[in-house]
Amino acid sequence: MTRTIDRENTKIAAAKKMRDIMTTYYLDALSAFQNNRQVAWITSGGPVEPLVAMDIIPVYPENHGAMIGSAKMGEELCSKAEEMGYCADLCAYARADIGCSVAKGGPIGGLPKPDMLICCNNICGTVLKWYEVQARYYGVPLFILDTPVCHTGFFPETAAYVKAQITEYIGFLETVTKRKLDMDRLNQVGHLSFEGQKLWQQVLRTTAHKPSPMSAFDAFFFLALIVTLRGTTTAVDFYRELLAEMNDRIAKGISVVPDEQYRLLWDNLPVWHRLKWLSKKFSDHKACLVADTYTSAWCGAIQYIDPDNFLDSIAQAYTRIYLNIGIDQMADQVLDMIRFYDVNGLVMHSNRSCKPYSFGQMDIMHIVHKKTGIPVLMLEADMVDPRSFSESQMDTRIDAFMEIILQRGTTLKG
Amino acid sequence: MIYAGIDIGSITAKAALIENNQLKATHMVFTGYNPAAAGRQVFDELLMQTGISANAVNKVVATGYGRASVDFAHKTLTEIICHGTGAHFLNPGVRGVIDVGGQDSKAILLDAHGHVQNFAMNDKCAAGTGRFLEVMAQALQIPLDQMGEISLGAENPVKISSICTVFAESEVISMIARQKDRRDIAAGIHRSAALRVASLAGKIHLAPPVVMTGGVAKNKGMVQALEDYLGYGIQVGTVPQENGAVGAAVLASGT
Repeated sequence: MTRTIDRENTKIAAAKKMRDIMTTYYLDALSAFQNNRQVAWITSGGPVEPLVAMDIIPVYPENHGAMIGSAKMGEELCSKAEEMGYCADLCAYARADIGCSVAKGGPIGGLPKPDMLICCNNICGTVLKWYEVQARYYGVPLFILDTPVCHTGFFPETAAYVKAQITEYIGFLETVTKRKLDMDRLNQVGHLSFEGQKLWQQVLRTTAHKPSPMSAFDAFFFLALIVTLRGTTTAVDFYRELLAEMNDRIAKGISVVPDEQYRLLWDNLPVWHRLKWLSKKFSDHKACLVADTYTSAWCGAIQYIDPDNFLDSIAQAYTRIYLNIGIDQMADQVLDMIRFYDVNGLVMHSNRSCKPYSFGQMDIMHIVHKKTGIPVLMLEADMVDPRSFSESQMDTRIDAFMEIILQRGTTLKG
Repeated sequence: MIYAGIDIGSITAKAALIENNQLKATHMVFTGYNPAAAGRQVFDELLMQTGISANAVNKVVATGYGRASVDFAHKTLTEIICHGTGAHFLNPGVRGVIDVGGQDSKAILLDAHGHVQNFAMNDKCAAGTGRFLEVMAQALQIPLDQMGEISLGAENPVKISSICTVFAESEVISMIARQKDRRDIAAGIHRSAALRVASLAGKIHLAPPVVMTGGVAKNKGMVQALEDYLGYGIQVGTVPQENGAVGAAVLASGT
């Protein structure tokens, strides 16, 4: 009985509200055509603010991919794409999206047909070909925003190059919509985007508290709004409410993992089809994944945003994101998080789908090992495709990792 | 004080007894289809051999893939920590363990206290495991326990390029059809498996002194191939296959 009561207490109330917001968002997107509104498919790290300012509904195949994974429909839709000739080694988001477009299936019966595609390669290179395939399939215009990798820093040439493309991007949108972008409206949206990211960052940082009021598994869920509704009052209002709830949980001493003993950091995308299993697995060890490098990417470049000079500043902000910087800088961010959240171990998901995220993980593992001495666990899986997941192997690795942490005696004091 | 460790692997079940901090005895049976029964059997037979009654055993720790099925164990621990502990107990200077068992292979980095610093395991693939060698021995029609010895006579080890066990088997069969020397094929098989295992060791920067454990440590051809890739010698103890059970018994004494 106590267990049930504990679980009730640990539930986050804002979850229901977020589900409702996401349902409304997808209903709006799916009925856009009837309401004479246009839909743009955009990559998760793409500059969405101009779309919002022009009343174009942004839709994210990657968010949809996460939904497909969570709904355990990844294998079926990826297989569909493989049947069409796409290689099984391609990103599962790409395969699931391509499969879904043809099968018109998936958890919401497929995404609304796009009027245009916006592809920003700050998150990966696969999106280029993926979006080209979809642009051909739907017969719609495609805009590609190329953000060079900032291996060591951000240079004036890069700034000028990306800035010029932002101008072209706006020209592209004005041509496709046959409307002018209202700069005042864009500034408004820019402020809301900045505000939303700041609040998201504050929400994530509440987990530095011991015990943590929420976990990375919650962050994976609550992330959806900062991705899909960035630049809207809906997102700002929601995160303000979520932040208040987290602070309230801290005040009341409510932890998401009952009797939290160990704190861990997660790297890479979640294993969407195994969230519940993984959450329980760590929770059974009294371990809380307090933070992750993935959800923090949607507020990680906040220091480069100037809300009063939004358009000029986003060239830098959208280029210098976690997946578009050098390995040393990525490792520095991981080390900062290890210190800030005071974790006992790092769990790295070597994600078969996501090459840019998984490449360099071995180096980061060795850097972390050398500089902090905390144990690092490498788990091989895939964010969407369950065929790359072996439960018994995961089980042993996680158990062994927790035994190592226990053996090291790095339990929390007090 | 007497402590027992039970290691239920995918192919064999092992048991070890520690008395007054000394290894007293070990025993091994095939796991078969019933890991729970194998655990009971290996424990009972070991007790019988040593003349120790079950009541005299203070604590039992179970490990291995079938660890959860050992219903008389006081605690379960993973084979990673047990192999690390077993290797340190039997050879305190050791800083690395390469364990190659029936269905997985792993490299374990130890500190001076025998505590695990890091580990790497094979991915969802049989290459570099005992099962891989078993399939290849069948294809070559030689007993598994003789394959190591046979391979030592190789002059020109063949190259097996397939990572997948099934494709590697086809490669071996085609080499047999081309009448390649059996010793060269056996040596090629070991090199192929050893390369996979050596990459695990490389991942976590394993450095000598390193000990090899698990059933495959008894295969001299595999040990030699591994040494060639690693560039240093590896030690094999007297009870490599029972090393995990020994570690479990040691950990039972400390709980």
